[in-house]
Amino acid sequence: MAVPAAAQAQYRAPRTADGKPNLNGIWQAMNTANWDIRPHAAAQGPVLSLGAQFSIPPGIGVVEGDEIPYLPAAAAKQKENFAKRLTLDPEVKCYLPGVPRATYMPYPFQIVQSAKTIMLVYEYAGGVRTVYMDSNSKAPADSWMGWSNGHWEGETLVVDVTSLNEDTWFDRAGDHHSDALHVVERYTARSADTLNYEATIEDSKTFSRPWKISMPLYRHVEKNAQLLEYKCPEFAEEVLYGPLRKKPLASK
Amino acid sequence: MTHRFSARFLAVVMAALLLTALPALAQIQSVAAKPATAAKPWTPPKTAEGVPDFQGVWTNATNTPLERPQKLGAKEFYTEEEAAQLDKAEAEAAEKAAEGRQTEPGTAADVHYDLGQFGLARYQAKSIKNRRTSLIVGPEGRVPPTLPEAQKRQADRLAANRGHQFDGPENRPLSERCIVQGHEGPPMLPAGYNANLQIQQGPGYVAIMHEMVHDTRIIPTDGSAHLAPSVRQFLGDSRGHWEGNTLVVDTTNFTDRTAFRGSGEKLHVVERFTPTEDGIRYQFTVDDPSTWDKPWSAEIPMTKVDGRIYEYACQEGNYGMRNTLHGARTTEQEEAVKTSGKTE
Repeated sequence: MAVPAAAQAQYRAPRTADGKPNLNGIWQAMNTANWDIRPHAAAQGPVLSLGAQFSIPPGIGVVEGDEIPYLPAAAAKQKENFAKRLTLDPEVKCYLPGVPRATYMPYPFQIVQSAKTIMLVYEYAGGVRTVYMDSNSKAPADSWMGWSNGHWEGETLVVDVTSLNEDTWFDRAGDHHSDALHVVERYTARSADTLNYEATIEDSKTFSRPWKISMPLYRHVEKNAQLLEYKCPEFAEEVLYGPLRKKPLASK
Repeated sequence: MTHRFSARFLAVVMAALLLTALPALAQIQSVAAKPATAAKPWTPPKTAEGVPDFQGVWTNATNTPLERPQKLGAKEFYTEEEAAQLDKAEAEAAEKAAEGRQTEPGTAADVHYDLGQFGLARYQAKSIKNRRTSLIVGPEGRVPPTLPEAQKRQADRLAANRGHQFDGPENRPLSERCIVQGHEGPPMLPAGYNANLQIQQGPGYVAIMHEMVHDTRIIPTDGSAHLAPSVRQFLGDSRGHWEGNTLVVDTTNFTDRTAFRGSGEKLHVVERFTPTEDGIRYQFTVDDPSTWDKPWSAEIPMTKVDGRIYEYACQEGNYGMRNTLHGARTTEQEEAVKTSGKTE
């Protein structure tokens, strides 16, 4: 690939023992994409009693070109989703976030990399996916975290994600997709402690053309950084089953 | 996962729930009974970083019960002949059971939970041959008696829930709430079905992911210190190091709700993963001074399976919890109507 003379030289990551760019580590996005992947100003949060603690922080957006090319019906659905987000957002129910949302949830994730497989483990809800390298296999069924096949293109790990179900969102703002979603991710080391992450979104039932998000991912450099347990099913129980209790909870 | 059904390999997957004394289950020709001093100079495959390579998808399904049937006393291994006989008897029993379960479609009797229809029955699973009479090793072959304080803990828990088992989600077991299934441990025991786990390695880490409930323990192998004692986790906090070709994993920081066989939060587990020509020799030692007066150990062989692990989206598909609670509320309402009818 020709690099324009004015462009920065591509950073060359240290290699793993089998000679590939070493992406091992604990990473996290540092943006407000999980609130809203589009550019957005600060706004009142959905739970008034939490005041400024839980209102929407502003963001410059992670969508290249700023616009999500929704088809008209899909654009209307996004507005409906936003209006009903406290009941509809799968994150509230501790459901797996799908791809690419898992990447920019406000929790770390870890890349455990070897030659044949790369496992991505997400702290949020214990989500996990394995990228099989040099594989073109197809999923037997849809799933929340999809089916990932990967290969290297020079410095970049390219992950082709298919068979994602339609039930995940891209963010808390109701940005959605159908079961025709196809995501191609690109992870490239840009310095010793940062990655460049891009995801190309294709879904002809929802969008008029493919579109892209991109963001840096930052390494957790603190000594003994580790993923901790965020088993959220019990945090979602009142939301999911509250009305089915014998007696309502004494305090919420 | 493909579950192979083969008359030669009929075996019973030990459900983690069936941890009480059972009639002797099928034992087949041992693979694990190779003499410890085998002269063959086998070396395990290594990762690019030069440590034993455990990567892949494994099953720890086994036909061996956790505890030795009482009548066998101190007998730790079946002979080959005994194992073959038990294997045959178990195969016959499984076939009979399968026949007996055939019911007329459309009848009330046909409404039953038959794992065999989905390839999940014990006899349809791949499992490794094992001539042990119990997973627990040693002359006793049984979990040591529970200390009085642990019995009280368990009794108190049961008493608090008695009459309230269907009041709300907190009254249901952790597995029904999709928090943990139980077999993940550590220590790791076979799940009732789909006893599959995946091991992934990277420089300085070994990750173990269980199909149910996609829990992943990422174990640093640098022998670093455990988390602060104030941080408790359902799967505890695991730290590993290598002793020759064996991965030794030390786990502490369990919650007081993890309750492995009634244990408390002082539960301490040491696991050993040793590569063998047949797979992985998995051993564990468990101690908890608030539950047992001495540690106890067990051994479960693991064997590779083909294919990828499929996603087990428990929380997302948890219709069971909704239906359980809804059913309980409906029953209460019906009873209330009956009662009010009587007093009119």
